[in-house]
Amino acid sequence: MANPIAQFEIKPLIPLEVAGVDASFTNSSFFMLFTVAAITIFLVAGMRKRALVPGRWQSVAELSYEFIAGLLRDNVGSEGRKYFPFVFTLFMFVLFSNLAGMLPYAFTTTSHIIVTFALAITVFLGVTVIGLVRHGWHFFSYFVPDGVPPLALILIVPIEIISYLSRPISLSVRLFANMTAGHTMMKVFAGFVVSLGFLGGWLPLGIEVLMIGFEFLVAFLQAYVFTVLTCIYLHDAIHLH
Amino acid sequence: MRILKLIFTSAFLGTVGGHAALAKEGGLPQLDVTTYPTQVIWLVISFTVLFFLMSKVALPRISEVLEERQNKIDDNLAKAEELKVQAESAKDAFEKSLADARAKAQEAIREVKEAAYAEATERQKAQSDQLHAKIAESEQAIAKARDEAMSGIKDVATDVAASAVEKLIGEAPKDVAGAIDAALKDRA
Repeated sequence: MANPIAQFEIKPLIPLEVAGVDASFTNSSFFMLFTVAAITIFLVAGMRKRALVPGRWQSVAELSYEFIAGLLRDNVGSEGRKYFPFVFTLFMFVLFSNLAGMLPYAFTTTSHIIVTFALAITVFLGVTVIGLVRHGWHFFSYFVPDGVPPLALILIVPIEIISYLSRPISLSVRLFANMTAGHTMMKVFAGFVVSLGFLGGWLPLGIEVLMIGFEFLVAFLQAYVFTVLTCIYLHDAIHLH
Repeated sequence: MRILKLIFTSAFLGTVGGHAALAKEGGLPQLDVTTYPTQVIWLVISFTVLFFLMSKVALPRISEVLEERQNKIDDNLAKAEELKVQAESAKDAFEKSLADARAKAQEAIREVKEAAYAEATERQKAQSDQLHAKIAESEQAIAKARDEAMSGIKDVATDVAASAVEKLIGEAPKDVAGAIDAALKDRA
């Protein structure tokens, strides 16, 4: 049976070293650039007609714009407008990375904890900086909920701080674990199809079909969850509860 | 890092169910720290490129088209509103002219009615005057005829009385008319 985790291996395509740091162009790098190209083509080519009454492709491109704009408006409010390009980029990058991973033989960049963690820590640091810039020292009142008896604060404040600091971890592990587990399961069941052969392989094949459908759902859902949580963190930083 | 690695490995083993393949290769490729720099470098490159492509190229185009559409819709709505106002003013004008025409018609009807009434009264008056004149004339003629008849009766009666007296006494009386007058005077 094929190794179900071999799909996650990073394979250097063009070895590269910059200032003593390994910056090799790998299969992961390739799929990141592929994602960037796919998103750009999808949006720019989709909008090339600038039709007043959009066709199918243009509709989907506009839909993605309005979907994220609506998400930001509902979760952050009008102050969130200036973060729209970032949130949109984040959503599209995660979504297309997840979806690109569904292509046969493709590499799923978001199945690597370092990638999801880098995205999550960027969100976390960005949101914290926004909060500090907007509210100054008052930002730390976020960790002191209103209407809590002073004695309980001894317990509540550390919990609030820990839950705040664990945000990047939960954000990144959720995406990484979903992608890794899903793709591993798909590989495992695909392996069963082969090893059980013509007679026994039909059942895992059926499960595999269902799982592929499910993974497409997960690919979208995890991109959505990542974006919604980013929006909620932004809201907290801007409004402090 | 080692603690992190331990956490992730155990978490992952929990999800996948400890597949045999995990044992060899020495763990998950995701936990191979030596691949982290290249991944982070290329992630930063591609994400930054994508961010600029989105914020400078793709998103302005989409928002432009959406804005254009919104403007067009607003424009058309404004135009529709304007046309509606126009239609309403036309309707008002029509209604006003209709009311005017109605008033004019009423006036004309009233005038004609009045004129007709006046003429009818006049004619009736003329007719009745004529009739009255005729009646008076006729009454006069009747009175005259009666008087004539009355005076005729007296002559006839005088003649009859004279001839009756002549037959009775065999001689023509004198002054019959005076005698009758005297007798009528006594009766009266």
